[in-house]
Amino acid sequence: MDLQVAEHALQHHFADMEQQQETSTFGMWMFLLTEIMFFGGLFCAYLVYRSSYYEAFVEGSQKMNIWLGATNTAVLICSSLTMALGVRAAQTGKKKLMVVLLLITILFGLGFLGIKGVEYHEHWENHEFPGPNFHFQTIDKTPPVDPQHTEIYFSLYWAMTGLHALHMIIGVGLVTWIILGGLAGAYTPAYFTPVEVVGLYWHFVDLVWIYLFPLLYLISKKHGGG
Amino acid sequence: MATAVQTVERENYLNSNYGIKSWLLTTDHKRIAMLYLVSITAMFWIGGFFAMLIRLNLLTPTGDLVTSDTYNKLFTMHGIIMVFFFLIPSVPAVIGNFCIPLMVGAKDLAFPRVNLLSWYIYLLGAITALTAMVTGGVDTGWTFYTPFSTTYSSTHVIGAAVGIFITGFSSILTGLNFIVTIHRMRAPGLTWRRLPLFCWSNYAAALIMVLGTPVIAITLLLVAFERAFNIGVFNPQLGGDPLLFQHLFWFYSHPAVYIMILPGMGVISEIVTCFSRKRVFGYEFVALASIAIAVLGFLVWAHHMFVAGISVYAALVFSLLSYFVAIPSAVKVFNWTATMYKGSIRYETPMLYAFGFIGLFTIGGLTGIFLASLGLDVHVHDTYFIVAHFHYVMVGGMVMAYMAGLHFWWPKMSGRMYPEAWAKLSALLVFVGFNTTFFPQFILGYMGAPRRYHAYPPEFQVLNVLSTAGASILAVGYVLPMIYFLWSLRYGELAPPNPWNAVGLEWMTPSPPPTHNFDETPIVTWEAYDYEHQPQEEVTVGH
Repeated sequence: MDLQVAEHALQHHFADMEQQQETSTFGMWMFLLTEIMFFGGLFCAYLVYRSSYYEAFVEGSQKMNIWLGATNTAVLICSSLTMALGVRAAQTGKKKLMVVLLLITILFGLGFLGIKGVEYHEHWENHEFPGPNFHFQTIDKTPPVDPQHTEIYFSLYWAMTGLHALHMIIGVGLVTWIILGGLAGAYTPAYFTPVEVVGLYWHFVDLVWIYLFPLLYLISKKHGGG
Repeated sequence: MATAVQTVERENYLNSNYGIKSWLLTTDHKRIAMLYLVSITAMFWIGGFFAMLIRLNLLTPTGDLVTSDTYNKLFTMHGIIMVFFFLIPSVPAVIGNFCIPLMVGAKDLAFPRVNLLSWYIYLLGAITALTAMVTGGVDTGWTFYTPFSTTYSSTHVIGAAVGIFITGFSSILTGLNFIVTIHRMRAPGLTWRRLPLFCWSNYAAALIMVLGTPVIAITLLLVAFERAFNIGVFNPQLGGDPLLFQHLFWFYSHPAVYIMILPGMGVISEIVTCFSRKRVFGYEFVALASIAIAVLGFLVWAHHMFVAGISVYAALVFSLLSYFVAIPSAVKVFNWTATMYKGSIRYETPMLYAFGFIGLFTIGGLTGIFLASLGLDVHVHDTYFIVAHFHYVMVGGMVMAYMAGLHFWWPKMSGRMYPEAWAKLSALLVFVGFNTTFFPQFILGYMGAPRRYHAYPPEFQVLNVLSTAGASILAVGYVLPMIYFLWSLRYGELAPPNPWNAVGLEWMTPSPPPTHNFDETPIVTWEAYDYEHQPQEEVTVGH
């Protein structure tokens, strides 16, 4: 049975399963390389403006809800754990365990998006969304920071976390697709490449947040006073 | 083998299936290459139409044909279409798509469905950009410099930027597919040192597509956001930094010119060695020069910004690094020439185009060195000298190589020969027309004529008229192949599997190839371009 599934899964242009599996994984790594450069442009902009408008960035990061951010970091790390265990379960042929673990991963993912939504709502209410309605109450400081510069901070905050959230949403969709396949019995220890590849993607998205959290929430916190 | 008689009935990738659906839902790399061929040819004519209007307008010093606003839109749309929708996909997406799996002895690219997806993404991006152009146009120049593009321009910047953003992903997916295919799908015995140079150069270009394209994608997305939400990432009035935009833009767009030239160099390597009947001189150097160009290409972007206010020390470093690009480029030119030395050269159409490429690319490359030098660049910056320089590389280089490749592999793609005499005439017309169009622009630029102006002082008229006259010759040179390629589909002589007596796996399968490329997976036991050891009778058999 397992062997049949594996034969069925072999696409016509590959010589054997091993080549197909290696090729798919390699393709995903290349895609992640592209993704690094995609986020890289934003990280570059962040670094440039952080060094130009350091005070304004400190002020901006005071508005971050550090507890929600920390909770979200923990949620994502847990989701990576369940994802890794899920891939392992697929590899060892424990289909039910895989489905359960991936369901938990999705719940963590949705939890992250929910908490992020709460944060976005707070920023929106406080007029911390760049554009005509942007309003920034400078805390008493000498010299006062330029609200336009904190607006750049918030532009980057929304762009970086928004792009990340978009990747999370896509990730949740992909994991759902894997679960459906798992329920239909598509994966066996001989063929579980899609599970592995989606796992790589999920870990990558997780890793991006691991960088976003300190850059946006933490590193300016201490020196800023305010 | 070269004389094997063909019958039309033999099943191949063109006749294995009929109907629109079998084309639009195909995952066969050869059919996708044809889809790309049709779409980029359409874009080439649209871009060429804009170029024609530009040249017509410049016939008179007062620019009588169009208003200055329309002129701004014309050169912008010419640039956007030619760069993003023709040159970048040209050789990779058409010839690379068709040939790379054949050259590595595979049945298809690594991810056939992703390949089809990339064509649909291209189409979506092209339609988006064209919609922006039809509904009013864009006037920022293809470079979208801020803050003009984000704040002051009142044209359809968002639509054009989103179109380019979308198309970027098609380029990323093509590049990704090439890299993975060349790594994982090579036939037994086809080691890296036996890999055709066309694969090497497409591999190098694919690296740039995968690593560079996402950066311009995010940059143009920020420009679109900035216009839509009035945020200030690049707008100096809101504290943003326009120089940051230029850095991010050129971080992709300079390497992108190597996406445009590297695959063309690969075509030339194949053709020069085939029509000289000699193994390419210094195979390893030509192969590694491609990689060197790709790597160095990422380190020179700020030479576009010498007069934009970057630090003088940064400018010095970027100037020096830009000189370094000349080394691997010269390695290639010298090796092609050395390959021809004492070879038995045949003057078939692909070789004529290859000659054109080598000469024109050398002029384009050498004037690039002028521009890399800080002092001279200040003098000729934003003049017609720049226009002439990059057209020598892009049109004299890449379009020539693309035409060379199309003629070289046309028998394989279509199963038909094109009419040789007409093809030679068109190659000649393209060469003469091209030089007449763009050489005067070097002189114009050196005399100080600024680019992107719709009127000019009367003393520049002679050179401008010459340039416009050349452009019309060039246009005839491009219309001819369009006609005789279409003609050959029906009336052309049937092509044998290997009309040029070339080596390489793609010539060991019938023309046109069957859907699965090879009946049996080939096993490679010979070195690349082993022309000297090819049996003599095969060499003498013409087509």
